[in-house]
Amino acid sequence: MTCCNVDVGKILKEYSEEKGNLMEILHKIQNSSKENYICDDCMKKISDYTKLPLNKLYGVTSFYTMFSNKKRGKYVIRMCESCPCHVLGAEAVINSFVDELGIKVGETTKDGKFTLEHCACLGLCAVAPAVMINEDVHGNLKPEMVKDIIAKYE
Amino acid sequence: MLNININGMDVKVEKGSTILEAANKIGLKIPTLCHIPEIQKIGACRMCLVDIEGNPKLQASCTTPVVDGMIVKTNTKKVRDTRKFVLELILSDHPTACLTCERNTRCELQTLAAELGVDIVPFRGATSSRGKDNDTLQLNYDGSKCIYCKRCETMCNEVQTVGAIFSQKRGFDSEVGTPFNLPFKDSVCTGCGQCVLNCPVGALKDNENIDEVWDAIYNPDKITVIQVAPSVRVTLGEEFGLKPGSIVTGKIFAAMRRMGFDHIFDTDFAADLTIMEEGYEFINRVKNGGTLPMITSCSPGWVNFIETFFPDLLPNLSTCKSPQQMQGAMVKTYFAEKMKLDPKKIVSISVMPCTAKKGEAKRPEMGRDGYSDVDIAITTREFAKMIRQSEIDFLNLPDEGPDDPIGISTGAGLIFGASGGVMEAALRTALEVIEGHEIKNVDYVGVRGLKLDGFKEATVSTQIDGNPVDVKVAVASGLGNARKLMEKVQAGEADYHFIEIMACPGGCIGGGGQPIPTTTEIRKQRIEGIYKGDKDMPIRKSHENPAIQVLYKEFLGEPNGHKAHELLHTHYTQQKYYENLKK
Repeated sequence: MTCCNVDVGKILKEYSEEKGNLMEILHKIQNSSKENYICDDCMKKISDYTKLPLNKLYGVTSFYTMFSNKKRGKYVIRMCESCPCHVLGAEAVINSFVDELGIKVGETTKDGKFTLEHCACLGLCAVAPAVMINEDVHGNLKPEMVKDIIAKYE
Repeated sequence: MLNININGMDVKVEKGSTILEAANKIGLKIPTLCHIPEIQKIGACRMCLVDIEGNPKLQASCTTPVVDGMIVKTNTKKVRDTRKFVLELILSDHPTACLTCERNTRCELQTLAAELGVDIVPFRGATSSRGKDNDTLQLNYDGSKCIYCKRCETMCNEVQTVGAIFSQKRGFDSEVGTPFNLPFKDSVCTGCGQCVLNCPVGALKDNENIDEVWDAIYNPDKITVIQVAPSVRVTLGEEFGLKPGSIVTGKIFAAMRRMGFDHIFDTDFAADLTIMEEGYEFINRVKNGGTLPMITSCSPGWVNFIETFFPDLLPNLSTCKSPQQMQGAMVKTYFAEKMKLDPKKIVSISVMPCTAKKGEAKRPEMGRDGYSDVDIAITTREFAKMIRQSEIDFLNLPDEGPDDPIGISTGAGLIFGASGGVMEAALRTALEVIEGHEIKNVDYVGVRGLKLDGFKEATVSTQIDGNPVDVKVAVASGLGNARKLMEKVQAGEADYHFIEIMACPGGCIGGGGQPIPTTTEIRKQRIEGIYKGDKDMPIRKSHENPAIQVLYKEFLGEPNGHKAHELLHTHYTQQKYYENLKK
């Protein structure tokens, strides 16, 4: 029984065992999980399959902010924390998210719907400050826009 | 050969050498923190920066290869100021609580701060939130002291191939840790302690048991019985300023007596006992078609490793307990009976070159009737600390010996301390038993020496029941080498009869509990000390040890007999790693 209810075996079979496939495998497994994370059991199975020891695999997943080994909400809100976004008011925007959702950065709402995170540069500097909510991009943000954005997500 | 000029001096070095190696050649001591000679060259700490003519920026000498005609300055004002600045940055996130640190006066960071004249730490800001692990039997981790040199990580992954720790997270939160930040005890950590041996600061240290030892000594209801491992006698002197390899056997026993231990023994005796049991086990396996190759089981880091990574080879592992455990078992049975002591009152203590021994002592199968063979295992470093706490002038102690009746030992027991020693000691006894007559030359030099990459092999010709047999043996030290050898055995590419494995490079003399620093050069000097000690021993074969002969006659019966099996042998179980992950 897998704890995140992802059929890891099936996903792994789509890839050959070479290490170069690791990032894709990790993304696919995380995206297949309803809670937007890679559970410990999956980690062990990926480690066995790719022959990458668990310590190094955890080194990879803990390095990239896109990956998580802890349960997250259905929607992950990633607030860019790089310089251009910061300069153009990212902090006020994220404070607005904090107020609206009633959680701190790094936390998940009680209903399991949203997780709020900082992340490295999203490459959306032209529309800074920007967030990504799962695969959606929201740019040119102002604090007062946050309420409407959240309302779009069921 | 390439020519390089360093600080006005011409040096010739081989192609591929680094500037640091060239500088070492002319006696310059360029400061380093992340460098492990021959093992880790990553240029991470930036302490070894030097000025190369024509190069606008300072370069890390540990990673920069020499180019013919290079002109280098290692001690200009710019270099010194920059190194000091780098060190100040490292210190900005360091607790600098030196007085209460395990490594006080023996810390590489502290020494460098003194040498470079750091008088204040000018930068103070956020401190890292790295964790602690006080939950593991063999070692302790305090992440706040870590300077991220990655020496531990390289030892664990590249040299030992255990893979318990690795760089985790990123940026300011980076740390070397186990997957999911588990305590070491829940990871694949074997407790070998090579990380501790290579930590420049106090981030990794022994899980200390000194207080328990003092409590036992001061408790009038307890009888303290101590043993000291073979390799400790050629390393302990370093803690008191002697050259590596200096033999201080007599002073160790004298110190123990003055510290107040009630009965003082030598693990060398139990090493002889191990050879009796292991030698006869080997002969039985060869004669009766048992599982071959037989693999030694003295090294607890190695036993953890094979139980974790090669469980299918567990039938190859000798069932003999290690000398530490055999000595403990004899203390609480034979010795207790002989002296009419209550084994429940005995506190069995061992001084070991090893952090993994702490875990071995606590294995539930290592004892009987509710008591353990060994109650407390301390490292060479901890023992040195106890001597310092005892106000003993160690270097001026007289030479004394261990107590009777289980104190006599041989050269065969002593060489257990070096890689190849168990094999050689076993051959000395097994071949004589097989052939039934005395063998004059007992120096099996083919299995001796420090081999950091790969393993040693030898073939010894003998006769078993009249048929000529070539006994093929292999010796590996360091778990990375052990892994290579085991993969060969698994693949059926090895036709050895007997394999000796030690978890630490060079064997116990390079153990995780030995004095810091332990470098390749120091390992070599300690090995020399071991074989010098062996040459000087009046008896050099385990089966000729009169105390061993008496022990079998009075108590154990036959080697590998019923009683011996009950007390001196053990069993192994597969360690399923990361089993507890399913939360």
